[in-house]
Amino acid sequence: MSGHHHDHDHDDVDAGPPLGDLQLRVRALESLLVDKGLVDPTALDTLIDTYETKVGPRNGARVVAKAWIDPKYRQRLLENASTAIAELGYIGRQGEDMVVLENTPKVHNMVVCTLCSCYPWPVLGLPPVWYKAAPYRSRAVIDPRGVLKEFGVTVPDDVEVRVWDSTAELRYLVLPERPAGTEGLREEQLAELVTRDAMIGTGKVEAPRPKAKR
Amino acid sequence: MTERPLRDTPGMPRDQEGPVFREPWEAQAFGMAVMLHERGHFTWMEWTKRLATEIAAARARGEHDDGTRYYHYWLAALEKLVAEKNLVGKEELSTRKHEWDVAARSTPHGQPIELKRRA
Repeated sequence: MSGHHHDHDHDDVDAGPPLGDLQLRVRALESLLVDKGLVDPTALDTLIDTYETKVGPRNGARVVAKAWIDPKYRQRLLENASTAIAELGYIGRQGEDMVVLENTPKVHNMVVCTLCSCYPWPVLGLPPVWYKAAPYRSRAVIDPRGVLKEFGVTVPDDVEVRVWDSTAELRYLVLPERPAGTEGLREEQLAELVTRDAMIGTGKVEAPRPKAKR
Repeated sequence: MTERPLRDTPGMPRDQEGPVFREPWEAQAFGMAVMLHERGHFTWMEWTKRLATEIAAARARGEHDDGTRYYHYWLAALEKLVAEKNLVGKEELSTRKHEWDVAARSTPHGQPIELKRRA
């Protein structure tokens, strides 16, 4: 883990209080909610653990891989994403509707939330820091091609870039293009290729590099 | 407003599955909002509006919003919403915060910090 640096001048350095302001506020709120029976601490820990480790972008990767190998599933996914995603057991906790955007040789989709970083948690876990940052939120709309270039994605001029702004009720998941050279792969192997960035639209799925001869 | 390219954003993880929370308190704050919503104390719409207001206010104050302060806004929004919904009042929150501070300061390093239970 890289060194943690404080870029603020609060008094929480060496001789300061053992708990910082934010930690105290969180503890105060949580303990009051628990005392009032509004939050069950065990359930809270389980919930956090789910988002932190179990959910992750893996759920979304399985959705994408299934859509690649199963044309009927893909059809259902594009027509009614919430239902098709729920088939795999991934259900939105906030009751939001999911829409799946299909990348094609002519259209590249990317997703942003310019207001408050809405994100399809059930399929992608928690959002990465850059997704929540002002530069991405504002620049993705103004200069999507420039932003994509910074992510190492070059979109040819004849490909249209569509930027989708998420809302509280509507979350988007990009269905990336299946890379050439993956015809022989099984669903699970395909899922491993699918990255979180590819499902936000800031990355592309690459075929696995040929392994060195054993 | 100075806009720096994404690449220069400090703390921006370029790895695929980088840490989603920077510190444990962020995860706690996240979980509380989700759970209160699940239990029907507010709609997710109400929540995102609150959060968006908080983020917009920070931007108006000229705070450099590079994503690392996201959960600061989250927590501030949550404190306001629970007060608005009469779940947890501002004053009891401040009292409880002080109690935790006192407990933390009087706990020897390495020991778990606990609040003294009143009866």
